Amino acid sequence: MAKKKLVLSFPPRLIQEPVTYNLIRQYDLQVNILRATVHPRERGRMVVELQGSKKSLDQGLAYLEEQGVQVDTLVQEMRHYDERCVHCTACTAVCPTDALTVDSQTRELVFDASQCIMCESCIAACSYGAMESQF
Amino acid sequence: MRSIEEINAKIKSGKVVVATAEEVVGLVKDKGVKAAARQVDVVTTGTFGPMCSSGMYFNLKQSTPKIKCGGGRVTVDGVTAYAGWAAADICLGCTALTDDDPRNAVYPGLFKFGGAHVIQKLVEGQKVKLEAKAYGTDCYPRKEYSAELGLEDFNSAVLFNPRNAYQLYNVAINLGQKTIYTYMGVLKPRIGNANYSTTGALSPLLNDPKLRTLGIGTRIFLGGGQGYIIWPGTQHVAEPKRGEHDLPLTPSATVAVIGDLRGMNVKYLRAASLTGYGVSLSLGFGLPIPVVDEEVMAFCAISDAEITYPIVDYSENYPLGRVADLGRVSMAELMSGSIEINGKKVPTGCLASRAVGRQVALELKQMISEGRFLLTRPVAPLPGAQLAAAL
Ligand code: SF4
Ligand code: SF4
Repeated sequence: MAKKKLVLSFPPRLIQEPVTYNLIRQYDLQVNILRATVHPRERGRMVVELQGSKKSLDQGLAYLEEQGVQVDTLVQEMRHYDERCVHCTACTAVCPTDALTVDSQTRELVFDASQCIMCESCIAACSYGAMESQF
Repeated sequence: MRSIEEINAKIKSGKVVVATAEEVVGLVKDKGVKAAARQVDVVTTGTFGPMCSSGMYFNLKQSTPKIKCGGGRVTVDGVTAYAGWAAADICLGCTALTDDDPRNAVYPGLFKFGGAHVIQKLVEGQKVKLEAKAYGTDCYPRKEYSAELGLEDFNSAVLFNPRNAYQLYNVAINLGQKTIYTYMGVLKPRIGNANYSTTGALSPLLNDPKLRTLGIGTRIFLGGGQGYIIWPGTQHVAEPKRGEHDLPLTPSATVAVIGDLRGMNVKYLRAASLTGYGVSLSLGFGLPIPVVDEEVMAFCAISDAEITYPIVDYSENYPLGRVADLGRVSMAELMSGSIEINGKKVPTGCLASRAVGRQVALELKQMISEGRFLLTRPVAPLPGAQLAAAL
């Protein structure tokens, strides 16, 4: 099993195409859509987590490229600005995953980007602008 | 055991022994109250969190011709200041906003810029734009004035809080059906989270619950510099209900504080934008507690497991002023990351920073150890308190 977090950018002509459906049906991939934005007549953007065998993942990605979808690996969509953070931990209470936790010794915030599902709940919870979305 | 004078003599000769309120918890466990009290002269405490009742006042240097701001209108970086004093004394509250801020008209409001941001800019060394309009008098003929000014350009610039450093605070939850935005942060519906705002065992006034060593005139660590307790804080409660270890069970002590803004630094003074609520100023506050008798040490040794806070619903009970007993939780439970309410596991988040509170206590400890901070004997106790005889 392989797993990848990717950013897919769709040209306008593809927005109507059932691309995710094909990924699931033809390539037997689990598609977890973390975020999606579509601007009319412009590009669509989607952050997905794809899961499947190494082979179907490679084939699925080849299919996406064939279709003209730009595929980028997700570097870090949420950013934690350490110099703005005061380590109050208010954000940890609204984070649905373990992406934001507290170190029990130092009482400082620990941000684990790999667990982040980009729900953006932490943005409103932080009073210091220390969590920002790059999406 | 030892008086303030004796402690100060030790500070001056470099022989003083200082420990933070966190450090003495372990020390007392190991050695007992008696030995710990003999060993340690001063216990330092610290907190850092939004303190909405903060503001600054400053005095403008006059230019010619002179202007009388009193009765006129003053803004700083567009934020409305209070010009109801004399010709050149202006007050800027941390929650003040610009006229064109949408506030909660676009809900929840973001409150990106307000009085606290102006104060932070000044402390950072940046300039702010002051604009004044006045009606003009024979002795103060100027009607308009505008200038870019930094902290050094004022005759004086003072941080002032009529209410600060609550001894006890609520744990906030939301029993309602929609997310609410409060001064206790974002509260998700159906008890989605529980927010608290205290540094627990490090919390200044909780370490001297009966206010035996502090009062009017006590020198404190404030915003990175030094300040003073000058009065009971507004909403100070002289005689709260008390539980074990004399810890308050109901709203209790607060203090009013003051300090020179020059000398403060942004590590301990930060503007906060509470979504849907407003702008606030987060301040580092540290209280040194002189160990004048064993009782002082016994109180300082109270641990996070022994301190409890009341749970309060902010969807209905708080706004409507209803009292409902939803139980209490200990600081240790809150710090574990989740608590249990009605059998449900609820994640916790804090508004005050234990990490920065700890830095405050450590920095104050260092100031005292290096002889840069002397203790003061209060000139008067706070209402409801009796000062320790040994003081
Ligand atoms: S975006 Fe959501 S999942 Fe990611 S850190 Fe913020 S609250 Fe957690
Ligand atoms: S809420 Fe903001 S300041 Fe507080 S710990 Fe989280 S990121 Fe840091």
